[in-house]
Amino acid sequence: MSDTARHDHFESLEQQGDAARLGLWVFLASEVLLFGALFVLYAALRVQHESAFRESLEHATKTLGSINTAVLLVSSAFVAMAVHVLRAGRVKVAAALTSVTVILGLAFLAIKITEYVIHGGEGIGPAGTGHFFVEHRDRGFVPFWTLYYTMTGLHALHVFVGTSVLAFMVGGMVFGAIRESTVYRLECGAAYWHLVDLFWIFLWPLFYLA
Amino acid sequence: MSAVVPALPEREEHVPEASFLGVDRSVRSWLLTTDHKRIGLLFFFAISLFVFLGGVFAMLIRIEHLTAGPGIMTAMTYNRLFSLHGVTMVWLFMIPSIPTAFGNFVIPIMLGAKDVAFPKLNLLSFYIFLVGAIVVLVSMFLGGIDTGWTFYAPYSTHSNTAVFWATLGVFIVGWSTIVTGVNFITTTHNLRAKGISWMRMPLFVWTIYGTSVIQVLATPVLAIALVLTALDHAFDWGVFDRERGGDPLLFQHIFWFYSHPAVYIMILPAMGVVSEVVSTFSHRNPFSYKAIAYSTFGIAFVGFLTWGHHMFVAGLSTFDAGAFGILSMLVAVFSAIKTFNWTWTLKRGAVSVKTPLLFVFAFLFLFVFGGMTGVAVATTSLDVHWHDTYFVVAHFHFIMVGGTLTGFLAALHYWFPKVTGRMYPERLGAISAVLVFTGFFVTFFPQFLLGNAGMPRRYFDYLPRYHSLHVVSTVGSWALAAGLVFPVVYLTWALFWGPRAPDNPWGSRSFEWRTPSPPPKHNFHTQLDVSIGPYDYDKPLAGFTTGRSATREGEIE
Repeated sequence: MSDTARHDHFESLEQQGDAARLGLWVFLASEVLLFGALFVLYAALRVQHESAFRESLEHATKTLGSINTAVLLVSSAFVAMAVHVLRAGRVKVAAALTSVTVILGLAFLAIKITEYVIHGGEGIGPAGTGHFFVEHRDRGFVPFWTLYYTMTGLHALHVFVGTSVLAFMVGGMVFGAIRESTVYRLECGAAYWHLVDLFWIFLWPLFYLA
Repeated sequence: MSAVVPALPEREEHVPEASFLGVDRSVRSWLLTTDHKRIGLLFFFAISLFVFLGGVFAMLIRIEHLTAGPGIMTAMTYNRLFSLHGVTMVWLFMIPSIPTAFGNFVIPIMLGAKDVAFPKLNLLSFYIFLVGAIVVLVSMFLGGIDTGWTFYAPYSTHSNTAVFWATLGVFIVGWSTIVTGVNFITTTHNLRAKGISWMRMPLFVWTIYGTSVIQVLATPVLAIALVLTALDHAFDWGVFDRERGGDPLLFQHIFWFYSHPAVYIMILPAMGVVSEVVSTFSHRNPFSYKAIAYSTFGIAFVGFLTWGHHMFVAGLSTFDAGAFGILSMLVAVFSAIKTFNWTWTLKRGAVSVKTPLLFVFAFLFLFVFGGMTGVAVATTSLDVHWHDTYFVVAHFHFIMVGGTLTGFLAALHYWFPKVTGRMYPERLGAISAVLVFTGFFVTFFPQFLLGNAGMPRRYFDYLPRYHSLHVVSTVGSWALAAGLVFPVVYLTWALFWGPRAPDNPWGSRSFEWRTPSPPPKHNFHTQLDVSIGPYDYDKPLAGFTTGRSATREGEIE
């Protein structure tokens, strides 16, 4: 691509790409600490309410949550492929592959919302609201579900942001802003998406498996 | 200071390019600028406004303490004032102060770059900061907050003041902090001019880099603490509430996991300024460049492992408390490495005592004094006695306010000629430095004595035996205030009518002095020649002058 993608204060497009990649990775480190704080809270509260947390794991949406894991992993694979083919200059294929990731991201959100609706129907809300907590008196149920809504909610927000970013990138590939020479843009979007994926890899066992 | 400025020889090889101040004077060009220098100035003005506001709160608190019992306000107003004083000073002044104002201005120049890596994000970070600050200020009008700046649960979650808005505001400001950090880290890695290796960077860059690492890694943890507090306050979220199976101690853990490293976000940039000023005015390279650079990372790293020292009386086990105590003392080791380096550099150098250096002297005294009391409060047995008293208040004011404020003022005077192209009046600067130091000492030293005698912090009322020390402290605050208002007056004067500054009025070797004052929009007219390092005082100055500083030493006498 022509030099127009290069901003004035960079000497080359390579340098600009390196800066974008590094900046993104530093930001990802920040994101890790964001979720890290919540994982610490989960660990500390789980130690205090061992049995209630174990019992809570036997909830109604285990299957849906596990399907969602597959959805995210597959979506990540597609965007990874998109980066590879874009490096080879096949812009249209890359756009198509990224679109699949976007669709799968939306599917994840749809399934997640379905889960929230199911839990709501069972009388399980955040902050100990709902009749479930009248029937289950142990105080440990409240933090489990509050953390469930907080952590998966924050994650869903990240999925939404990631999906929007990738949708934007599909537009970029269609209209020419993202090409072989500016593949770093898609790489950044993909790296963010992989991290969002990775968070779920930790949330899934904590709230669905063990 | 007779400010005989040499006649400025015309630059021959270039038609003089307009400075960054002169390229476009419209308001729009300022508000939408992506020039790091202008963004630095936008931050500077915003931050100065907030330090003024926080200062007014502090003055009112001190006036209230002139007498025991109700004076000029009710107990509730008092609670709101000290809370807002803390929130404003910590998040709207000290955290952003030196990095966003001076870091933004000089870091790219020190690296020989045209701008920071992400100029648009840089502008965005300013507006995020502004929005966050406005939300914090809005909380003032929605009932204020009475929790103190620490927002401890469970009190904060049950307080019927505007905790939601204040925490939301600080949360938003946090985004600005993270974006700034990402920008500086990337800029340092990516935009160093050819020839500027890591070990050739000016030391100020090292400290801003270290600060940025802390900002990026610690701030998100605060974000979680604040979001959960806001949710708890608004919707009874309950993560920090015993009755709902939560745990209030967890708030303290994650709050201090951020807020202790935050102290180093405040002090490290000031240390960077000190390193620059000490070298420049001793006309001498730092005694050990590497020791100063690496100890920055010692502080940044160990700073993450000390948060428990805020919780000695919160039921930590003896072992944990001891471990946190020892780790906290390690910070003093790294700080001492820096301090000895600075003093030894001064001793070996030929010192010219100018205002920035006077502020650095104040820094050194306050920092060492505050640091030593820091080792004292890190000792668990002593801390039990001093916890939540004025002793702690005095300690952290000495070290973080004394450090940051004097560093900020040193930076302001040191880089004023570079930023504005004008010289400030030296004698008035010296008066201000003396006023600030004396005022600061008289305000806060009595608070050590008050705390040791048992005066608890955040109390509206006090016993008669504390009266005289409170009066001394209040009187000191007036001198401090005068010392802070004074520069506003003479610097404003100097901005318009001060004598023209040469490019390198201090005879510094650092890179930012190798470009015109004020710098052109893209920082350098020609490729920065870095064959002479930023501290190569044994090499002749003539090698790199930009053609305008013509005196023998390159210094105005």
